[in-house]
Amino acid sequence: MAGITSFGAYVPLWRLSREAIMKGLRGEKAIRNFDEDSTTMAVAATIDCLKGQKREAVDAVFFASTTAPYKEKQIATTIAAACDLRRDITTADFCNTLRAGTSAVKAALDAVKAGSANEVLVVAADCRMGSPGTEFEQNFGDGAAALLIGDKDCVASIDAWHSISNEAHDYWRLDTDTFIRSWEDRFVFNAVYYDLVTQNVAALLKKVNLTTKDFAKAIVPLPSPRVLADISKRLGLDAKAQVQNPLIDIMGHTGAAYALMLLVAALEEAKEGNKLLLNNYGNGSDSFVIQVTDKISKKVEGRWGMKAHLASKKMVDDYRIYLQWRELLTFEATPTPPGGHISASALFRDRGHIYPLHGLKCKSCGEVHFPPQRVCPKCRAKDQYDEVRLSDKRGTVFTFSADYVCSRQEAPRVTAIIDFEGGGRMPTIMTDRVLEEIKVGMPVEMSFRKLVTQNGFHNYFWKSMPLRS
Amino acid sequence: MPGIKDRVAVVGMGCTRFGELFDKSDQDLMVESCHAALEDAKMDLKEIQAAWLGIQGAETGSSGCRLARALKTDYIPVTRVENYCATGIEAFRGASYAVAAGIYDIVLACGAEKLKDTGATGLTQMGGEPQFGAWVWAPVVPPARFALSATRYFHTYGLTPEEGKRMLAMIAVKNHHNGSLNPRAHFQREITIEQAMNAPIIAWPLGLFDCCGVSDGSAAAIITRPEIAKRIRDDYLVVKALGLSAGAGTQGVMANDYDFIHIDEIVRAGKQAYTEAGIKNPRKEVDLAEVHDCFTITEALICEDLGFTPRGKYKEDIEAGTFDLGGEIAVNPDGGLKCFGHPIGASGLRMIFESYLQLRGKAGPRQLKNPRIGVAQNYGGLPGGGISGMAIVGARD
Repeated sequence: MAGITSFGAYVPLWRLSREAIMKGLRGEKAIRNFDEDSTTMAVAATIDCLKGQKREAVDAVFFASTTAPYKEKQIATTIAAACDLRRDITTADFCNTLRAGTSAVKAALDAVKAGSANEVLVVAADCRMGSPGTEFEQNFGDGAAALLIGDKDCVASIDAWHSISNEAHDYWRLDTDTFIRSWEDRFVFNAVYYDLVTQNVAALLKKVNLTTKDFAKAIVPLPSPRVLADISKRLGLDAKAQVQNPLIDIMGHTGAAYALMLLVAALEEAKEGNKLLLNNYGNGSDSFVIQVTDKISKKVEGRWGMKAHLASKKMVDDYRIYLQWRELLTFEATPTPPGGHISASALFRDRGHIYPLHGLKCKSCGEVHFPPQRVCPKCRAKDQYDEVRLSDKRGTVFTFSADYVCSRQEAPRVTAIIDFEGGGRMPTIMTDRVLEEIKVGMPVEMSFRKLVTQNGFHNYFWKSMPLRS
Repeated sequence: MPGIKDRVAVVGMGCTRFGELFDKSDQDLMVESCHAALEDAKMDLKEIQAAWLGIQGAETGSSGCRLARALKTDYIPVTRVENYCATGIEAFRGASYAVAAGIYDIVLACGAEKLKDTGATGLTQMGGEPQFGAWVWAPVVPPARFALSATRYFHTYGLTPEEGKRMLAMIAVKNHHNGSLNPRAHFQREITIEQAMNAPIIAWPLGLFDCCGVSDGSAAAIITRPEIAKRIRDDYLVVKALGLSAGAGTQGVMANDYDFIHIDEIVRAGKQAYTEAGIKNPRKEVDLAEVHDCFTITEALICEDLGFTPRGKYKEDIEAGTFDLGGEIAVNPDGGLKCFGHPIGASGLRMIFESYLQLRGKAGPRQLKNPRIGVAQNYGGLPGGGISGMAIVGARD
């Protein structure tokens, strides 16, 4: 029985009130900070999903997104490195369609069923951009979800699935485009979306001899909130009781991550024995029959999922800040840009320390230090150390400063010296912070972020941030 | 270990005006400071047997040729040195040691820097840490880096931000007062405590007047043996000590128990220099100290690190006027980095120049009463991984 053995999610801390986009609009959407992208959100969701799991048991990482930060260079490898997974694993990126997340789930199920992998981590993240002034801009949100697919101790088994491929220009983006394009929505909904989804769900249900009445919840990612009533009716679903809340009003449509994020939200509410119908749409349709097991009631320590992430938020009131974070409003570069020189060879050499944030613990005196140095800074013993992962350790602020000059993008840029629990100290940049709340002694945790994009590199590293609550 | 004490003498110095010298290149400034030093020593360029140039900016060349070409020296050895903010003192050390070793009779040490051609409003990432490879974790910009110490100093000694910032403002006010008496300073205006405290924040808790300026400048010294010095002038200076400490990362930001309110390199360079000079009680024996006030907080840390005041007592002493021109030990009597900015290669020699004036009674309105011992001290880098250079000079016996 193959299925979902664990799940997790990530919704950025920041929300943009739609009122800030245009007077009279309702609700809010989740927006990534300037130092977040699909890679970093995927790392956060993966770590959430792996709470209570053995990281070394993961055999494959499938990353799904339409907004991978590189056109050529895999992101799954970055995620695997940042999450400190084994190196003898399969990695793959699924891209170019809103269906990428569910397609990755299918591939994962195939791998598990075929026996080529025991546990496959599927993570979908997206941060699509609608052109300012469009409905897309209002509806699109940012986020990520991760599922661990395996065949032991599933919280939900995935019992059947069906797909249809469909060539159509409904939503698309050229490789040189910043914003999503689409054909008129009456064409998209009436000629493509409704028919395709109903056909695919019907084909699946026929296969397993079920009707939509048999499902406790149906997860139906909506291309627009306007289609909820119609699609529910066509599928024979009770929109209120049976359809998973599309979360457009508080989060937005999160692209290739959307279906999996809604699935995670549904799993959080699901009871043993529930049947879930998962559908996804994008250049075709994927549909799945999911059966919730008794393992669903097991509480996972420290996992945030969708509910806690959605509840934890801070508002961005100024539309200009949103534009700035999206680099749609740009500032002249500061004469002393933070970031420094990036070297592919040095990145490669230090990859075992940079991505999973490994410090060294001296075997001779026990001192934990970062960055790794061959000679212990405390007792000067040479080459005697064990590696310790610091990225999942909490810390406290020893001292901090807030620089208003060095970076216009994040003025002020907060530098915090943090002490990790269990030892180790690190100078960090602090993100997702409210300046007035920063104090000596405050607790922090680590978050994988993009430090800077320079000379054609996205330079990722760990920042500190106040404990999210 | 014989040390440097009394083995070399300074017989001529020159120092340009410091400031935003948009009409002068680094080489113009070298010509100005070196020729002033030669004139001061009544000497011809031909008598210089070797030279040391302290300059950091890669744009201004990474060899001694920059100075050779500017002065048109006669193909003599010119060594270009760089050691973070102690670059100027490093040039002075090299020149002094070559004379003390008996290799040369008369040599030149020149420091210069042309910051105002970089287009940057502060120091760019000079002296970054290539050891950290491709990624940047450290606060590479100096204000953010030293502000960490201010936050921690306030916290450790129980100062509210208001009290802490007032203490720092007093340093700025003192140094600006001294700078107002110095025609070579970039900034020659007095400021008030209120101005300093209410200035825009650069890197919390440091405001505009807590930060030194960004300036161009050059200074030069001619160094020889005392027996030759006697033939040149009566009022030469002698070098009493030279200290230099390179942070090895066993203390400072890489160490788990570092307190951020002292800097080991400064303490160590100070100890080396005091030992060499035979100074037991710096507060009593040192008459003036030009120290590295790149930020006001740095001056407070240095004064504690060099034993001018006990730990945590800087506030009491600055309030008591201990470090004023007429105080027990004048700190930054020429106006400091606060008023001269920090053209990196030039700063160390500019600091020695103030002792050169003061110990010979030539400091005009800033003149101290009969000073005998002067200190010049620089610090650059990240605590625990930085460089502190220190020179102690004395009036001839």
